Amino acid sequence: MKHLKAIIASIALFAMFAGTSLQAKVEIQWWHAFGGRLGELLDEQVNKFNASQNKYTVVHTRKGNYSETLNAGIAAFRAGQHPNILMVFEVGTASLMAAKGAYVPMYQLMKDAGQKFNPNGFVSAVSGYYTTTDGKMLSMPYNSSTPVLWVNKDLMKKAGLDPEMDLSTWKRVGNALDAAKAKGIDMPFCTCWHSWVHLENFSAYHNIPFATKANGFAGLDTELAFNSPVHIKHIQTLGKWAQEGKFKYMGRRNEAGKNFRAGECMLMTESSAGYAGIKKEAKFEFGIRHLPYYGGTEAPQNTIIGGSSLWALSGKSKEENKATAAFLAFLSKTDIQAKWHQDTGYLGVTTAAAKKTKSSGFYKANPGTDLAGIQMMRNKVTQNSKGLRLGSFDQIRGIIDEEMEGVYNGTKTAQVALDSAVRRGNVLLRRFERANK
Amino acid sequence: MEKRVFFKGWWLPALLVAPQLLISFVFFFYPSGQAIWNSLFLPDPFGLKTEFVGLDNFRFLLSDPYYLASFKTTVIFSTAVSVSSMALGLYLAALADRLIKGAGVYQTLLIWPYAIAPAIAGVLWLFMFNGNIGLASYYLKALGYEWNHTLKGDQAMFLVILASSWGRISYNFLFFLAGLQAIPKSIIEAAAIDGASFWKRFGTIVIPLLSPITFFLLVVNIVYAFFDTFGVIHTITSGGPEQSTTILVYKVFSDGFVSQDLGSSAAQSVILLVLVGILTVIQFKYIERKVHY
Repeated sequence: MKHLKAIIASIALFAMFAGTSLQAKVEIQWWHAFGGRLGELLDEQVNKFNASQNKYTVVHTRKGNYSETLNAGIAAFRAGQHPNILMVFEVGTASLMAAKGAYVPMYQLMKDAGQKFNPNGFVSAVSGYYTTTDGKMLSMPYNSSTPVLWVNKDLMKKAGLDPEMDLSTWKRVGNALDAAKAKGIDMPFCTCWHSWVHLENFSAYHNIPFATKANGFAGLDTELAFNSPVHIKHIQTLGKWAQEGKFKYMGRRNEAGKNFRAGECMLMTESSAGYAGIKKEAKFEFGIRHLPYYGGTEAPQNTIIGGSSLWALSGKSKEENKATAAFLAFLSKTDIQAKWHQDTGYLGVTTAAAKKTKSSGFYKANPGTDLAGIQMMRNKVTQNSKGLRLGSFDQIRGIIDEEMEGVYNGTKTAQVALDSAVRRGNVLLRRFERANK
Repeated sequence: MEKRVFFKGWWLPALLVAPQLLISFVFFFYPSGQAIWNSLFLPDPFGLKTEFVGLDNFRFLLSDPYYLASFKTTVIFSTAVSVSSMALGLYLAALADRLIKGAGVYQTLLIWPYAIAPAIAGVLWLFMFNGNIGLASYYLKALGYEWNHTLKGDQAMFLVILASSWGRISYNFLFFLAGLQAIPKSIIEAAAIDGASFWKRFGTIVIPLLSPITFFLLVVNIVYAFFDTFGVIHTITSGGPEQSTTILVYKVFSDGFVSQDLGSSAAQSVILLVLVGILTVIQFKYIERKVHY
């Protein structure tokens, strides 16, 4: 009888421990901004990680678009309810960098967790965005893209144009739009991410400053400078096209992508990462071209990235930070990166992934998918083409969008709108400088 | 003929008003105090550090032409929402009041939209007028009218007014209908026998007798347009294009929760608080005098 009791007790004890060892999986939270096809691919990565080992579980949650995700993260941080990993788009980078104490820098996280991690494995044009001036990587590049020109070849033919025609300059694009309009094409041109494509990347591509102090990399006392004659010329051109019905404004973010995928828009400037959706939905032949530029300038220099990086937020236990480090190291693996690059059209952010993609023959089979990478790395990066590091930049983008809407609907000239955007944006930069001194 | 009740001692009256005082403190005085306090600081978004700036947040706001413009936007928006929803509510109530058959069905159907949350109502209207997939914008285009509320401020304003008024019509309808049914039939019949036409009866009997309800609805609708509509605006226009639909309360929301500028957002709340206080005093002091109870 005594024996039996002992056996039962030991079984119970064993069961308890077995139970705890199951629960002892460390769970970490990742907040991100991906829905649709990208969301599916992200989910796949997380499942792969969770299945690859038995110590950690990653739970991912979509918090809305990029801005909403950042704001949800910040609000949660104030309330002490923040996730372990927060996806922050490039625009929020300066805000996070300035918030020392809100995050565990990537190099620190990896060191503390004893993870092997090679920051030099990342393409420098990408990692430079998330690295301090003294070479310390603060967050992990996740998805990076750069704007390209998308062509609906069927509509080009309908407009009586050669679908392979030279579209390298805005002047040539203008001629194509004239022809399309004359043939009654309803939406010859559309664009996503107005400020990102037509001012931020435009500046880098033409090697002119978007803001002083190396676009903010050299100090918080930076001032906006995107009201130069070349900028004005371009925005005025877009405004003229809008008035003539050649360019249709669909919204501030990537709303125009819907029109392109539905086969309504002939030429669209959008992130190279439009690829995932276009490939899935487009029922027409499409092509990818380099972003156009103006002749007689320093273009084409190189374009800059958009997209997000992953930040490890502070205030988490050592165990959880270990899990975070393990997951982020997993994401930077060559296989994962190469698959992500090929599926989505985002750049291969590690050199190994880019190499692997090339040797697999993917670029040959899918012409145009290598253009984004080439366009970003075509020249030695200058002060104007390294990227942007501006505080309150999400708000400043909002201001730019507003002012550009004024140009498109014909109530303002490009000169007036850009001057006003610079003036209003500078007020916010000063406010940010003051709050983060 | 005022009625006054006197209590002996102080603890019973204190106990009776305590719940109300507690609620006012928790939901009004404490948050308002916080807003006033926060409006004097410039914090960073993460709440890691903060700096006392005195009245700089107010100076910053009042020197922003877009902030000043949003006062005008608010007046246009609130007036349009209140007037259109009250006028339509009254019109429908007057029609429903005269129904003989199926009154219940009509009344229920007319009250229905009130059950829809503002943000959802916003999304519904947005779908109809969406430039890509919207039915309304599709038919407007077929008629030769270019609809693009992402670019045209007046269209955007029209759309947010439409979406905000829609649910309110039901609410106003409900109150007006109750008011109409409370008017003694004998008065109206007497006027009819005296030869007063419908419009004469409506203008000289119904409207004055409805004035307490109209006044109540005016106050409630203006408060609604001021404070409860930001869900609609957020889902439809996010305040754009060019801030043409940014009303004051939406700016509080967007500067605070979208742009993370809590100092400026708190300062705006304080300004709004003062403004609504003044508005309420005006309404009760001047308009209420014209109301017959």
